[in-house]
Amino acid sequence: MPHQPHTIPLSPAQIALRLAGIGAVLAVSGAGFAYAGGWFSPARLTPARIVTALADRGGDPLGHRRNHSKGVCFTGDFAANGQGAHYSTAAVLAKGDYPVTGRFGIATGNLLAADITGRVKSMAIRIVAPNGAEWRSGMNDSPVFAVATPQAFYEMTQAQDVDPATGKPDPAAMKHFAKTHPGFAPFAAWAKTTPWTPSWADQPYNSLNAFRFIDAGGDRHLVRWSMQPTVPLDPVPVAELAKLGPNYLQNDLSQRLTKGPLTWHLIVTLAAPGDPSNDATKAWPTDRTHVVVGTLTVNQTQPEANGPCRDLNYDPTILPTGIQISDDPLLPARSAAYAKSFDLRTSEAADYPRKTPAEGSKP
Amino acid sequence: MTRQRETFSPLQRGLHWAMAVLVIAMLFIGIGMVTTLHPVYLTLVAIHKPLGIVILILVLLRLAVRLKQGKPPLPDDLPRLQHLGAHASHLLLYALLFAQPLLGWAMLSAGGYPVVLYGPIRLPPIAPHNDALHAVLRAGHTWCAYLLFATILLHLAAALFHGLIRRDGVLGSMVFRRERV
Ligand code: HEM
Ligand code: HEM
Ligand code: HEM
Repeated sequence: MPHQPHTIPLSPAQIALRLAGIGAVLAVSGAGFAYAGGWFSPARLTPARIVTALADRGGDPLGHRRNHSKGVCFTGDFAANGQGAHYSTAAVLAKGDYPVTGRFGIATGNLLAADITGRVKSMAIRIVAPNGAEWRSGMNDSPVFAVATPQAFYEMTQAQDVDPATGKPDPAAMKHFAKTHPGFAPFAAWAKTTPWTPSWADQPYNSLNAFRFIDAGGDRHLVRWSMQPTVPLDPVPVAELAKLGPNYLQNDLSQRLTKGPLTWHLIVTLAAPGDPSNDATKAWPTDRTHVVVGTLTVNQTQPEANGPCRDLNYDPTILPTGIQISDDPLLPARSAAYAKSFDLRTSEAADYPRKTPAEGSKP
Repeated sequence: MTRQRETFSPLQRGLHWAMAVLVIAMLFIGIGMVTTLHPVYLTLVAIHKPLGIVILILVLLRLAVRLKQGKPPLPDDLPRLQHLGAHASHLLLYALLFAQPLLGWAMLSAGGYPVVLYGPIRLPPIAPHNDALHAVLRAGHTWCAYLLFATILLHLAAALFHGLIRRDGVLGSMVFRRERV
């Protein structure tokens, strides 16, 4: 007979005890799961918290990226000259032409901001090799990043929180942040002194974070990279900016592209021993070896609402074999936070419908 | 099945326990990774994706073995409702074990991500790149994970109930190596 029942019956007390034991096993298992999910650690810095903080800086970007919320798509190609292949086996660095889907943006969470007022401009690219390997990168035009750690990024974001009473961030908060975070100084100096230009076209775009190139022999090279513009800087006095209108950068880009494509040279900087791999607030000395590995050509721009960049996550850790992340703590944090932002915005499609601009209207 | 067995075959038991460990680990890895910004995030994601696909392969194998080898019968004196509950919960477990890795794979496809398993090893997309679809699948991956965890807790409670209170050999059928006399 299968499953012969036991003959010795249990007393009610024994049954109660065993049931309690089963209950305890379940309670412990459930609590363990909740613990892993951070339910008992409200102080844990989670992607959800950082993304919420980003959205609290005014101009609620529902349906949009939680940072660099305002931007436009572009398409073009990347012509690798083959020089990069000495340092990395990445398919997109072997001599050849590869399609690019990209995005220009400004580093603010405020969708309603005039794009010209974005102190930090950005370029994001996805380059796809014929074998399907992808290289995604999000780059800023500042020479260094404002902070070195996710915790500091969070604190900086909080300092930019909009006070509902005034509709503006508390200026004292940012001052306090700068005082307590000395790593912020180089970025602050750049932000204060660098000329404002009313264009995405004349800016360099820098990886800021460090990465590793792996060459065919298996050797690893610590690198940063930069997209260097090929058109001259075109600065304007700050006082003029306000007169240029809310979408000046987008219009400038379309205008320039009607006259022909725009190009950037992709330059890879090789670190020397001792150059920091895990601190994006520190620039590397300028005498490091620079290698031009190819040219990015931007041919067309599309409004983001209908554009091919809208539903892409430019997670900088999406790398082809031959390129790896370094030990920079910002990179994993970016990956986690960008995923959260992407999950939120794709689930808010109702707040950001795809649309074509009405007949005759200018973007 | 012609011959009635008292226990699951060694292969079935091996698959059951291997998968039990992997699936529970995956649930903890998943819930842990989406709530941290620490560098361990990328390590966990790098384990999560290939391990999820391993589970998909194992559940396929397991279902084939199950269809071929059957299972030992539940005790005759088990109340009808518990019989039903046992069948329904096992069916649900099998369904979720299929659905969860497929949802993971499909949501990455719909999000326009390359589905990288390890180094140059990538899977083809199994869903079109589409934001609305991504949103549904991404939420599905979360809710199926919660449902899977809840079902496993219930399953564990039932197994312990059989083993400690009813003592009817059901727990033994998945635990013991040799037939009991
Ligand atoms: C821990 C630090 C950081 C956090 C939490 C963070 C957060 C974010 C978030 C949530 C987005 C929106 C992503 C999306 O929805 O697709 C974003 C976009 C972006 N971030 Fe960061 N970021 C960090 C550091 C950096 C750094 C160091 C750079 C510099 C290179 C950078 C450059 C960009 C760019 C270029 C975009 C826009 C990408 C696009 O156009 O789609 N971020 N950031
Ligand atoms: C944690 C401790 C666990 C215990 C003590 C346990 C125990 C058992 C027992 C005793 C059976 C046999 C039931 C019967 O004869 O009908 C069984 C079946 C089953 N278990 Fe578990 N289990 C555990 C975890 C899991 C987990 C995590 C999963 C999911 C991955 C799982 C999936 C299944 C499935 C699908 C069956 C049905 C097998 C079939 O009929 O083919 N179990 N389990
Ligand atoms: C049995 C298999 C699997 C289990 C139990 C599982 C479980 C989980 C859990 C619990 C989460 C966290 C959900 C949340 O709280 O939002 C998660 C997230 C995730 N899973 Fe899975 N998963 C499985 C298979 C897969 C597979 C096969 C893939 C892809 C190939 C995958 C990719 C992901 C990704 C990308 C995330 C989200 C990461 C993020 O947004 O930061 N999963 N998974």
